Amino acid sequence: MSSRTKLPGFLVAAALAAFALTVRASIKEGDLFPFPAPGAISGALPDIGGKVVMVDFWASWCGPCRASFPAYARLQADFAPRGLVIVAVSIDDTDAAYAAFLRKYSPSFATVRDRGQNLAALVGIPGMPATYLIDRRGRIRFVHEGFHSGRTEPVLRGQIEKLLAEK
Amino acid sequence: MKTFRLILILAVPGMGGCATFNPVRVQPWQREALADDAMNPGRDPVGRQMAEHIHFSREAASGGGGVGGSGCGCN
Repeated sequence: MSSRTKLPGFLVAAALAAFALTVRASIKEGDLFPFPAPGAISGALPDIGGKVVMVDFWASWCGPCRASFPAYARLQADFAPRGLVIVAVSIDDTDAAYAAFLRKYSPSFATVRDRGQNLAALVGIPGMPATYLIDRRGRIRFVHEGFHSGRTEPVLRGQIEKLLAEK
Repeated sequence: MKTFRLILILAVPGMGGCATFNPVRVQPWQREALADDAMNPGRDPVGRQMAEHIHFSREAASGGGGVGGSGCGCN
């Protein structure tokens, strides 16, 4: 092959490589969830050792997140005794909006705050809200984007049941 | 052929540059300001009705004006 025919191919390959390097790799099913170190987020993470964990990214400005909180309270009531831990991670920028949301909904599950949105960026959440179900070994087993009343809760229940049944 | 090669040499790194720069991608966690009610073009009911009336009069069509909420792109 002459150098004349090699050049375009090389340039296209270089462009594809540059593009691949710039595409942010988000965390997906099967990966270990990057639980933040103490101090990296505001609020205390509950004890999650050996438990099934549901991490939900939410914000006070996100309408579906408001709809999701009563459903998560039901999940907490039904599954916490069997070993489910729900951690709701707020990505709110505004202190007042965050506090007002918690006052209004007073969640029965743990809420922490990812003030700089570092965890959200590290995980690469696909949308708002984003829910990650993590098995007892810390692996992400199910990712759900958005919250649709009447549809999302049964899906999450089924997945939680499955993970709780694993030892 | 020389011109084609020159275009290729200039354009292909440019494509990579576009991928790197990517100035318009707003990530889901960065949409607080977009979710503000001020970003909702239909927040003024009177203004919205007037705009819809003008649209109907000029285009003989109505509806399809958008979706509920503002611009957080949730769900």
